[in-house]
Amino acid sequence: MSSLSYLVSRLMQIIPTFLLVMVVIFLLVRMLPGDPAIAMADAKATEAQLELIRQKLGLNEPLVMQFLYFVKNTLSGDMGTSILLKAPVLEVIAERIPVTAFLTLYAVCLSILIAGPLAFVAALNKNGGLDIAIRTGFQIGLSTPVFYIGLLLLTFLAASLGLFPVGGYGATFLQRLHHLILPALTVALYTSAIIMRNLRSAVIEVLDADYVQFARSKGLSRSVILGRHVLRNAMISTVTLLGLSIGALMSGTLVTETVFAVPGLGRLMLEAIFARDYPLIQGLTLTFAVMVSLVFLFTDMVQAWLDPRLRLS
Amino acid sequence: MMTSQNKSLLQVRDLTTTFYRNGRALRAVDGISFDVHAGEVLGLVGESGSGKSISLRSIIGLARDYGTVEGNVYWKGEDLLTRTDKQLQCVRGSQISMIFQEPMTSLNPLLTVGLQIEENLKAHTDLDRPARKARAIELLDTVGIPGASSRLRDFPHQFSGGMRQRVMIAIALASCPELLLADEPTTALDVTIQDQILQLLLSLAKNLNMAIVLVTHDLGVVAQTCDRVAVMYAGRLVETGSVRDVLKRPRHPYTLGLLKSVPESVPPRTPLYSVPGTPPALDALPKGCAFAPRCHMVEDICLGNRPPLSEIGEQISSACHFPEVAGEEVSA
Ligand SMILES: Nc1ncnc2c1ncn2[C@@H]1O[C@H](COP(=O)(O)OP(=O)(O)OP(=O)(O)O)[C@@H](O)[C@H]1O
Ligand code: SF4
Ligand SMILES: [Mg+2]
Repeated sequence: MSSLSYLVSRLMQIIPTFLLVMVVIFLLVRMLPGDPAIAMADAKATEAQLELIRQKLGLNEPLVMQFLYFVKNTLSGDMGTSILLKAPVLEVIAERIPVTAFLTLYAVCLSILIAGPLAFVAALNKNGGLDIAIRTGFQIGLSTPVFYIGLLLLTFLAASLGLFPVGGYGATFLQRLHHLILPALTVALYTSAIIMRNLRSAVIEVLDADYVQFARSKGLSRSVILGRHVLRNAMISTVTLLGLSIGALMSGTLVTETVFAVPGLGRLMLEAIFARDYPLIQGLTLTFAVMVSLVFLFTDMVQAWLDPRLRLS
Repeated sequence: MMTSQNKSLLQVRDLTTTFYRNGRALRAVDGISFDVHAGEVLGLVGESGSGKSISLRSIIGLARDYGTVEGNVYWKGEDLLTRTDKQLQCVRGSQISMIFQEPMTSLNPLLTVGLQIEENLKAHTDLDRPARKARAIELLDTVGIPGASSRLRDFPHQFSGGMRQRVMIAIALASCPELLLADEPTTALDVTIQDQILQLLLSLAKNLNMAIVLVTHDLGVVAQTCDRVAVMYAGRLVETGSVRDVLKRPRHPYTLGLLKSVPESVPPRTPLYSVPGTPPALDALPKGCAFAPRCHMVEDICLGNRPPLSEIGEQISSACHFPEVAGEEVSA
């Protein structure tokens, strides 16, 4: 069906993005002064070990061949060995992905729960006291750095009041919800401000639309009008924005995981950078690129599901 | 006078709609009064921006979210303007329906046409799901959409402009209203389709004994379809009367101007923009007659005194200081 061909065409569009990311990651190590093999290896590596790396990366061959080796290795799941953790990069990352995925999803859900209803309330009271109060509140959230909010939450709610754990990651789903609430909230405060602002103006715009006025002229109840004619239409642009802000969300995660000692990809990335663990940096960069692309793809799917004009044209 | 009051379905009295923009009051509708009798077609004509759409929206309570609406709108003896949105739900779409001006933007792009018809039936009838579906098909069929049963699941963007206009008519007629407010139901369409839609509306009105307020730019359309006509200028009614009387001998220079701009040799449906000059800004209306800057008959009294709409003959009213001379040229 046309939905399927839409999906396929969107998947095809991801390929060039990936090639570009691969090139950047590839050049990252090659641009360092000196021998890339040394960068990719432990400082205590023997000459024999370095030679092994050179062979694997094809460092004695032309740049194009080196790139092809790199792509081949990556596709077969071999992204080298982490210098820091002395384990295959793929393994290290695979272990951490669920943590970050959980945290990100958690934050997104929280921000929708916070921002969605408030945006509606604000829009329906446009320029009223409630609207102004909500907008001011979020404006403060938006203009405060993520790590600062995180530290505040940590000091008051976790350390002083002991309501929440100071760090870590639980074992069961419920434990995770409990453990990650502060970091998720920290990330969510920022995204919910973005969602709130966008959804509020989208709702205001849709409320004025001819089709909503026409729906009112049909004698429909307020709840049908808001639920059926306003919500979905207003959501379209917000879904797009939410997808596009996934980059900001991920960098927020990076800081937040560090502040809250959450063992996810973001914290791993910071550790990898400080340790100059190039194989790990490469692997993580690629992972983030994959995640962002998947989110974009998912956003497109949601949009196509919401909007028949995309689905059926 | 008494008898015409008893017959009338809708009585609009001193309807006034004011918007506030940058702290300035903007009177889009300025104290208009008119009646609509059961089963009749009343034409509402006037240039762009004269307040036709806002008048219709004010009647069913859709304008008050954007400005203040004053006056009275009596529907079966009850003033609609005093009713809350919730109380209006049983009138809107069931007793009084409206067709919007823009077929391209007035249907929800995310919902199927079938759903948009059926939700009206759901709100106003006891029909169950299959019966609603059957009725929706019947309605699409009535308004002349080919293959009606297969089109219920289509979305608005899969219909042409003319077809969307028909869908809107189908929705408006779903619960057999007694009054249809039709806001330029044909201007967005090409000429042949315009004719079809007008004929469709007229025959439906006759069959259902439905009254119509037909907003249009076009006196040709009025001549063909309406029983009575009300001419609007800068938010006010400047002339009302039976179509025969008004078109034969207008009592207001503006109506005359509109009439003269419809050439006789050219078929109707030619837009009439050829009255020289432009209407005044609504937030800066002249003190006297609003038409004075464009009027060829203007005298000193026109600049200082605003002429009220007053009855000057058997069911004909004009808002001009010199109603008797205004239409001389046509009648001569
Ligand atoms: N929400 C609003 N706020 C302020 N002014 C408005 C609003 N809606 C309409 N107006 C103004 O009210 C006036 C009357 O508008 P209206 O849409 O009734 O004109 P119209 O006679 O239907 O014209 P057209 O033939 O172009 O449809 C216009 O000057 C318009 O700018
Ligand atoms: S009142 Fe005067 S200016 Fe106004 S239409 Fe009549 S003649 Fe013209
Ligand atoms: Mg209009």
